Amino acid sequence: MDLPIIWAGLIAFAVLAYVVLDGFDLGVGILFGVERGATERDTMVNSIAPVWDGNETWLVLGGGGLFAVFPLAYATILPALYPAIIGMLLGLVFRGVAFEFRFRATTNWGRLAWDYSFAMGSTFAAFCQGLALGGLLQGIKIEGRGYAGGWWDWLTPFTVLCGFALVVGYALLGATWLIWRTDGPLQARCRAYAIKLGIATLSLIGIVSLWTPFLHPRFLERWFHWPGIALTSPVPLLMALLAWLGWKALHNANSHIRPFACALGWFVLCFAGLGISMFPLMVPPSITIWDAAAPYDSQLFLLVGASVLVPIILGYTGYAYWVFRGKVKPGVHYH
Amino acid sequence: MFGLDAFHLARTQFAFTVMAHIIFPALSIGLASYLAVLEGMWLRTGQRVYLDLFKYWLKPFSLVFGMGVVSGLVMSYQFGTNWSVFSDKAGPVIGPLMGYEVLSAFFLEAGFLGVMLFGMEKVGPKLHFAATCVVAFGTLLSAFWILVVNSWMQTPVGFTLDADGRFLPADWLAIIFNPSFPVRFPHMVLASYLSVAFVVGATGAWHVLSDKRNEAARTMFSMAMWMAALAAPAQVLVGDAHGLNTLQYQPAKIAAMEGHYEAHDGAPLILFGIPHDDTATMDYEIAIPHLSSLILTHQWNGHTPGLNDFKPEDRPSAEILFWTFRIMVGLGSAMVLLGAASLFLRWKRKLYDSKLMLYASLAMAPSGLIALLAGWVTTEVGRQPYTVYGVLRTAQSVSPIGAPGLAVSLTAFVLVYLLVFGAGVGLVLRLLANPPTRGEHGPSSHPARAHGIVPGPVIAAE
Repeated sequence: MDLPIIWAGLIAFAVLAYVVLDGFDLGVGILFGVERGATERDTMVNSIAPVWDGNETWLVLGGGGLFAVFPLAYATILPALYPAIIGMLLGLVFRGVAFEFRFRATTNWGRLAWDYSFAMGSTFAAFCQGLALGGLLQGIKIEGRGYAGGWWDWLTPFTVLCGFALVVGYALLGATWLIWRTDGPLQARCRAYAIKLGIATLSLIGIVSLWTPFLHPRFLERWFHWPGIALTSPVPLLMALLAWLGWKALHNANSHIRPFACALGWFVLCFAGLGISMFPLMVPPSITIWDAAAPYDSQLFLLVGASVLVPIILGYTGYAYWVFRGKVKPGVHYH
Repeated sequence: MFGLDAFHLARTQFAFTVMAHIIFPALSIGLASYLAVLEGMWLRTGQRVYLDLFKYWLKPFSLVFGMGVVSGLVMSYQFGTNWSVFSDKAGPVIGPLMGYEVLSAFFLEAGFLGVMLFGMEKVGPKLHFAATCVVAFGTLLSAFWILVVNSWMQTPVGFTLDADGRFLPADWLAIIFNPSFPVRFPHMVLASYLSVAFVVGATGAWHVLSDKRNEAARTMFSMAMWMAALAAPAQVLVGDAHGLNTLQYQPAKIAAMEGHYEAHDGAPLILFGIPHDDTATMDYEIAIPHLSSLILTHQWNGHTPGLNDFKPEDRPSAEILFWTFRIMVGLGSAMVLLGAASLFLRWKRKLYDSKLMLYASLAMAPSGLIALLAGWVTTEVGRQPYTVYGVLRTAQSVSPIGAPGLAVSLTAFVLVYLLVFGAGVGLVLRLLANPPTRGEHGPSSHPARAHGIVPGPVIAAE
């Protein structure tokens, strides 16, 4: 069995799980920019408070997993995207603690400061993730076994576009999550946000998708030439279908979970598109999955554990979501 | 010793982020176990005071855990950003070990933390207790794996090197149970328990000082002193075993800790002195003859190494290790003393009456954490000049990142950490400044949060 392929699939799964899970809770943070009421903000944070820790752990698995089974990718991607990665981490530090701190702030000023940190940290982390994604897609210059590019290689119009796209996309995930988990006026407003964000997300997906094939000739070949096109054409077709379903759900006041499910579907399809472009590359344009792979023994050792532990993780993560299911009620104040 | 070149900036940044980080997991490990004990005692005895204490300590725990998560996230990427060559070479061995940490421990903790913090009314006391135990177990499991990794870097075995200088795993059991792991793991767990014991003890002492009849304050003080009385002497024994282990596998580190530049037969224990690495001399030395040999070899005239036995480029810095080791041992001795004093006062039935004891406990609040940091600095700086001891040098492990980039990111880390974790520690201290009360409420019963997450019972009870 081809272990590097299995592991590439598992790492891709971890990254996708991270993107959709932390995506919606980062999105809730981004929406702090437009939802300013203290009660609404409490409700929004309460909807994600019990689960954000677990969501963020998928990012640790993405990084740690890459280190474990594709050390060469880990050792070249991180130095190449250094400023974007550090920016993302600092953004996540801010928003992670702001979560807990805002409930403990005793002054209005303190609370606003942490709300602001939460919103800014979430937005900045999302933007940096987009930069990093774009930076990886457009390619990383390698010599020997190390990064050989310059300090600002990662900063191009394409990566900035990816940064904005991810902020908008996460905000959409956040808005549709809140449609699912809240009700009343907050839910109605989130529906309105989601419609605008949905249009913006689809447009940005379109632009990024059209731009990506022109980054490398092999991407172009994959997407627009036979036989690649047989594999690739279902992606935009499914996307169109899901866009239509999402649009209908957003305009139906009785749909609660469907807008979120459709937005998740969009992310999954984009991710599949990314996979189609990149495969079998791990670090474009030169390092393949097999080049980057750790020795067989290392990959096998962790795979034994992962094949037992990942299903268990999915089980109790599902349980944690189940315990905190249902609509989150807005707060009632004592005074 | 720290110039402003990229190499030293990378080291400074890693040292800063890892030292800031380790404080939080150390507290999480200790607090999670303490919370499990408190909840278990409540379920067994039905006494309200244990539930009050559980809810009282659950609030700082949630803050500490959150800070541990975000600072730990940074660590999982620091290896790649700052030490990419090390990551590429040692990744095949330590990567899967860290993978196991994430899969077996991090997810477990994060998955059940939500239930532990907010789920009491949703799942009932029994399942909730199970969630608390799972979180506590997860913190210990996480410590297990990360100490496997660290111990392997200190005493690497079970690998072969390929043509590129990559470490290839040959025997996973040998790698996991490498020679220094069996002493390092209990040393760290006990250090975490002691760190929390002295924080809890000081909090209890503070509130007993202002109200001697506060039952919850007395109970937490008493429990903390039991922990000090039992764990501090145990830590001395484990620490002794650790020293013998280090003498066997990393003699240069021991020489630097002892401040011995010359090898001895019957080495003196240097109590005070000022070491100078460039001249390999010790100024103003005050020493007890033969004691170092007696401690390290358990023999009056046992042979101990000196730094001069090693080439200058292979030596760790005695100028740092000599001091950090003494800080750790000095504080450890004070902990043993305080634990013994608590036993004596308990026997005299004056545990809550002795002002001296209460103030001493208050002063000792940060002792566990300071000793833990000093210990980690000792073992990590003592591993230098290697990342993988004796095989891969630190200078050959560093990323190709320029000094300006590292300087900017280091500055950003320092500013953000001071702001964020400074505020966080401030919030924890403010929580602890409130006395525990009867009918204490947990993290979910802040008005806004309670109505959001846990409707009904909590609020109705008030």
